Amino acid sequence: MSRHLAKALGLVVGVGLMAACASGSNTNSGQKFSGVTVRVVTFTGPQIAEPLQRRAPDFEKATGAKVQIITVPFSDLYQKVLTDFATKTNSYDATVFDPQWMGDYVPPGYLEDLTDRVKNDSTLQWDDIAPFFRDFSATFKGKVYTIPLDGDFQMVYYRKDLLQKDGLKAPETWQDYIDIARHFQGKDLNGDGKADYGSCLAMKRSAQSYWAWISIASAFLQSQGTKQGAFFDLNNMQPLTNNPGAAAALDVYKQLSKIGPPTQLNDDVGNSRGLFITGRCALSLDWGDIGTLAIDKTQSKVEDKVGAVILPGSKQVLDRSTGQLADCNATLCPYAVNGVNHAPFAAFGGWSGAINKASSAKVKDAAFAFLSYMSAPKQSGEDVTIGRTGFNPYRTSQFTNLDEWTKAGMSTQAANDYLGAIKSSLQSPNMVLDLRIPQSAYYQQTALDTALAQFLAGELNVNQTMNQITSQWNKKTDDLGRQAQLDSYKASLSVTK
Amino acid sequence: MSSQTSERVLRAATSRWRPIGARLDRSAGSVFILPAVLVILGFSIFPLLASLYVSLSRLSFSEGGVDLKFVGLDNYAKLIVGVDQTHFLGVVGPITPVSIAVLAAAYGLLALLLYRYITGPNRTAGGLVGRVVTVVIAGALLWLIANTILTSGRPGTLVVTIVYVGVDVAVQYLLGLGLALLVVQHLPGRRFFRVVFLLPMMITPVGVAYLFQMLTDTSKGPLYPLWARFGLTDVSWVTNPWGARLAVMIGDVWQWTPFIFIILLAAIETLPHELVEAAVVDGASRWNVFWRITFPQILPATTTVVLIRLIEGFKIIDLPNVLTNGGPGTATESLTLHAYTIWRALDIGGSAAVAYMLLLLVTFVSVTYVNLFRRRVAALT
Repeated sequence: MSRHLAKALGLVVGVGLMAACASGSNTNSGQKFSGVTVRVVTFTGPQIAEPLQRRAPDFEKATGAKVQIITVPFSDLYQKVLTDFATKTNSYDATVFDPQWMGDYVPPGYLEDLTDRVKNDSTLQWDDIAPFFRDFSATFKGKVYTIPLDGDFQMVYYRKDLLQKDGLKAPETWQDYIDIARHFQGKDLNGDGKADYGSCLAMKRSAQSYWAWISIASAFLQSQGTKQGAFFDLNNMQPLTNNPGAAAALDVYKQLSKIGPPTQLNDDVGNSRGLFITGRCALSLDWGDIGTLAIDKTQSKVEDKVGAVILPGSKQVLDRSTGQLADCNATLCPYAVNGVNHAPFAAFGGWSGAINKASSAKVKDAAFAFLSYMSAPKQSGEDVTIGRTGFNPYRTSQFTNLDEWTKAGMSTQAANDYLGAIKSSLQSPNMVLDLRIPQSAYYQQTALDTALAQFLAGELNVNQTMNQITSQWNKKTDDLGRQAQLDSYKASLSVTK
Repeated sequence: MSSQTSERVLRAATSRWRPIGARLDRSAGSVFILPAVLVILGFSIFPLLASLYVSLSRLSFSEGGVDLKFVGLDNYAKLIVGVDQTHFLGVVGPITPVSIAVLAAAYGLLALLLYRYITGPNRTAGGLVGRVVTVVIAGALLWLIANTILTSGRPGTLVVTIVYVGVDVAVQYLLGLGLALLVVQHLPGRRFFRVVFLLPMMITPVGVAYLFQMLTDTSKGPLYPLWARFGLTDVSWVTNPWGARLAVMIGDVWQWTPFIFIILLAAIETLPHELVEAAVVDGASRWNVFWRITFPQILPATTTVVLIRLIEGFKIIDLPNVLTNGGPGTATESLTLHAYTIWRALDIGGSAAVAYMLLLLVTFVSVTYVNLFRRRVAALT
């Protein structure tokens, strides 16, 4: 009796299973990833998360893979994903994160090597991505670990209408920037009868201020191309934070803290962008965001009045052999333009997608397909023209195809201006790669950021600031192993010697 | 005979079993609370010990996992004598007449308290050692506070936290007591105000921080017309160190005064009327009624509520974190925020070391407070 029952049960279960399989293959026939779920973690947004969430259903329709976008606050993202991978919890299959953190993620082997995939994937069009992002931003020790989704570097925005009216040229050096800012400080710049500001920068602590300082310092510290690096001496890992170049950058930074809104020391980029696009500032330093926000009709008062240029440079740079500032010449500044050394800073590096090595093969395939879909020219070409996506251009096609930009509301002139600034930065062989060594978060977000805030608040003078940054960086380097950190630093710059 | 025997056997058995039963009865209490104790051990003592170990080590990520390397007291050394010293302890400036005067007065008071204990009738060896240790630690903290705040130096996160707690709890207590005394009067609308006064406590601290961020913004925000009238729109007071600390303290006082208010209100409302009535009949002034009758009777509630606020106050983080991110410079950074900023960069050992320093400070202040005030109050009542 019981044997009969077991047989019957087995039959029912077997038929059921077959039916389930049959129906599964019927409804999803031709779908490569049906039944696969990819868990992607990124920050709360709305930027970055928005385009991922918006496009996930389309991707699912096309491939059958379900993409879950999990968001966490930006300040928690680094340690949350890192502890998840390190403790083998593996609750995320992919992350859209700051490629700066590769120094922490790649050496312990948490990320999937994507070198072969990117070269063999036709959707992605790898070669369309600008060389800096391919060769430096996505690469660590010669292998590709991330797919760029965003092109991040800082540039200077200026009010074209105001500068033209007063016969001023866009700033070429940081001294020009200060002079122009002084010229406009306290004048009414948007016709509301109130005094406005020469320059608006984000100088709040624990926000984005240290990137602005590095943008200034780069001009003084790196002149021999990306591989020279702007943070450490490649021979002994001594920080480049205690020299006349760093002092000059601190001096510029301090001067700028006094030419701007009274709240500047407590402003983050949200504040400085808001002030700029409502016409209250003549100059600002930012990522690509102001360009697209300025054409947002709902909030911008400076439509078609905004120009953008590559980060200002310096006519004097640090000569590392003497440790002194020296005038630019052909050997010291091989990439100088008009005798000015520009070192555009790829601050942050641009949000990029990476895949958890511990996920199953099928999930990794689906995750790669999703990231590739997001980065493909068709999708990304549209996303980079929308301010709220937080994505900035990083592909050659995004510079050559002006249609997307004019469709988004930019005049041809404005598009040319904006893209011109980005192009001249991207084509610069002297672009500065952001710091990518283990615990770069400590070096920058904790040590550098705090010292800069203290410097602006008057708690430290120039020398004390440089000493504090240098001694804290050295302590951390020694704690983690000087040689290991140096190797990582060289690996991030793809320096093989 | 047989019945006698069985009775004896029974008695013997009972007498043999009685102590065991009694012992079981006695230990039943312990057995019943054992699960709770184990839970507390698991959730409280274990993390405490684990974090102590973490504070003595350095975390790094290696091939296939996490490495915890034991580094001894290195994380503490960083705070006290190393690269984080000025951040944690602050910078000591050259002495000024004010700092000397304040220190002299404070040390005089400490010496007097110690002298009175030594010459008093209740002294014990243990008590004396405890008091000497207290005086030494308190003296060191006072020295640090006086030489960083009253000179051209600057306070570190340790002193800033102490200032927050000292000022906040004192002001909150005075305001809370005042409001409680006001609400027990038979004034019109007192029920309405009783609820209104409680509202700030219900708001999440991050919400309060955003609220004050808007209120302190002189160039925009709801108070803009007011600032504009006084021509202060180009002055930002949250970019000045003491201005920013003041903003944090105002926010904290606003939020937590209701807590003290509600406890003191409950204490005052349960007081018997007879004493007050008798005093009034005898012609006592209102001040005398408050100072000699009401206040002594609410002292137990006072000491408890102040202790709770002291311990809570040391953990302040939301307000400075949202309002100023600890800036300008490190001016508004509390110890908890200090630990948080280090933790965010995954320096978990360094962060645990700061947290342990905070734990030591809170324990020291609480134990001192309990010994100095609560026992005395308990003796009074």
